[in-house]
Amino acid sequence: MEGPEQVRNRLEKTGYLVDDGLAAACFLALGLHRPLFCEGDAGVGKTALAAALAEALDAPLIRLQCHEGIDASQALYDWDFPRQLLHLRAAEAAGITDADRLEGELYDRRFLIARPLLRALQTLPSVLLVDEIDRADDEFEAFLLELLSEFAVTIPELGTVRAEVPPVVVLTSNRTREVHDALKRRCLYHWFDHPSFARELAIVRRRLPRVSARLAEQVTALVQALRAEDLVKPPGVAETIDWAEALDALGASEVDADLAVATLGSVLKYREDTERARGLDLAAVLAAHGA
Amino acid sequence: MSAVDCATGRDADAVLLGFARALRAGGLDASTERVHAFLRAVAVLRPGVRGDVYWAGRSTLCGSREDLERYDTVFTAYFVDTGGAPDGRTPAATTAPRPRLVVRDAPRTTAPGSEPHAAPIGALASSAEVLRHRDIAELDAAGRDRLRRLLAAFALRGPTRRTARRRPARRGEVDRRRTVRDLLRHGGEPAPLRHRARAERPRRVVLLVDVSGSMAPYADALLRFAHASARSGRTEVFTLATRLTRVTRELARRDPDLAMAAVAAAVPDWSGGTRLGELLREFLDRWGQRGTARGAVVVLLSDGWERGDPELLGRQMRRLHRLAHRVIWANPRKARPGYAPLAAGMAAALPSVDAFVAGHSPAALERLAAVVRGANDA
Repeated sequence: MEGPEQVRNRLEKTGYLVDDGLAAACFLALGLHRPLFCEGDAGVGKTALAAALAEALDAPLIRLQCHEGIDASQALYDWDFPRQLLHLRAAEAAGITDADRLEGELYDRRFLIARPLLRALQTLPSVLLVDEIDRADDEFEAFLLELLSEFAVTIPELGTVRAEVPPVVVLTSNRTREVHDALKRRCLYHWFDHPSFARELAIVRRRLPRVSARLAEQVTALVQALRAEDLVKPPGVAETIDWAEALDALGASEVDADLAVATLGSVLKYREDTERARGLDLAAVLAAHGA
Repeated sequence: MSAVDCATGRDADAVLLGFARALRAGGLDASTERVHAFLRAVAVLRPGVRGDVYWAGRSTLCGSREDLERYDTVFTAYFVDTGGAPDGRTPAATTAPRPRLVVRDAPRTTAPGSEPHAAPIGALASSAEVLRHRDIAELDAAGRDRLRRLLAAFALRGPTRRTARRRPARRGEVDRRRTVRDLLRHGGEPAPLRHRARAERPRRVVLLVDVSGSMAPYADALLRFAHASARSGRTEVFTLATRLTRVTRELARRDPDLAMAAVAAAVPDWSGGTRLGELLREFLDRWGQRGTARGAVVVLLSDGWERGDPELLGRQMRRLHRLAHRVIWANPRKARPGYAPLAAGMAAALPSVDAFVAGHSPAALERLAAVVRGANDA
């Protein structure tokens, strides 16, 4: 791709809207072959970016969901032991006794189970999403660091697997834990903010073309007003889309204060927040956007 | 976007390197590796366009949300105010970083000759026994110095919990994978069954250390305690005064004096007033809710002297209590004769506290460490 503008156009074609900063960051990630480290609140479109990039580049999305205790055999590769054993038994039944040959056969590629990281190295081109890296342990981070700087792994029985062209890598973090500096240093950093009213409205319209323009505008205005409040969990763009979708499913083409309160459950997920929102003058927010 | 004149005539790299230097002076970690990435990023974008230089730097030289604000300040000062700073000088505005303070307290252990207690271990042990029960606030400089060595021996380990991970064990469920591997190794001959069981891991310990004015006599000792306990690796430390500051990274330095100096540089508000409720909310919003406090043992080291609304503190304490495995409050003033939790903040917080202990002396801190490990707080 030639510049950030082209990246932006390609992404927007998939329905994912980006601003200048994110377009530049994506362009750099593609051009410099550096992983893109995305941080921000939940529901601001970090994971969706990887899916959009995959679609824009017409490459498969390979996803690795991190969790506590994840290790190399779950992330990289594993040997298919039951099949190896079956192979041995079959060889025994056929009367093959050449031990060296048998051993050579056992560690063949067909017995190798490629987990997401190895799959990403072998697939060309591909987009690798390492989701919620903050949930993994420090040990895994160190392991990932090695992989992301070399884009190669060594399997003792087979040799080194190297990606001819490094995959596009997107890492996301919800900041439940501070990720180690050494890993961040090898990445491009992008912080996802909540979008402005106009951008959020555009996202909702793009995602939910069926929803009436008025409803989309009202819902966006309400969410922006809620976000300005002091909430335990401010709603993200994902919640805005959920809310608009929920109201549309109810057959509404516009929303009033009562209906908004009745459907608050699709946007606020804490009792304290719901209580607080009930106390707000939602009608005034709607009136301001009534025109 | 306007063209910056820097890229046209003069050596553009020198200007960019000057910018990196200004960032470093402004408190960002602009390491060589990052700067290298920055230069490459500018080269693939349009080097003459200010917007592109901005975004290139923002994605390569920043590493957290906190960095972004500093980056913006330095960028404005460097490129906008000076119109490109063609001579590469660091603008004056950027050389005034965050307020820095030195560690309050007695002189550090610099001159070995003047140390009367650089003495045999036996003498130290006997004086340690006396020291263990002394109130930290009443100690003189030499006493504090001995106290530091005492504190360095602590390690705080949370109670264990079972993890999703399984480890080889002598009993437990059959580890099919390892058993099959053993069978393979013996060419399919029967081999003993291998077992595995859930691994146990210590829970995370979160220390919230109040360093406000009313806690000034204890702050240094409590932070040293935090330093000793943070070495286990599963401990997070925050300071509270007028602002919330995460100091886990600063405390990761091995040498206690270096760690204290790093903390002193990082904490902008030593001895300010306390707004416990607000800071606790900030902690829960930014860290606690997302995972730091979940299932952890949270220890508040504070006298509960709340300047803000005690009702807010009560609410946040209830929130914390729902998230955390255990909430422990260590109050150095608890040991004073005739102490009753009358301070409004303390009274509001107590219903959500699992264990209320003293924290005024090394012995009390030892007791605290035991309570954190899961000892009965009676």
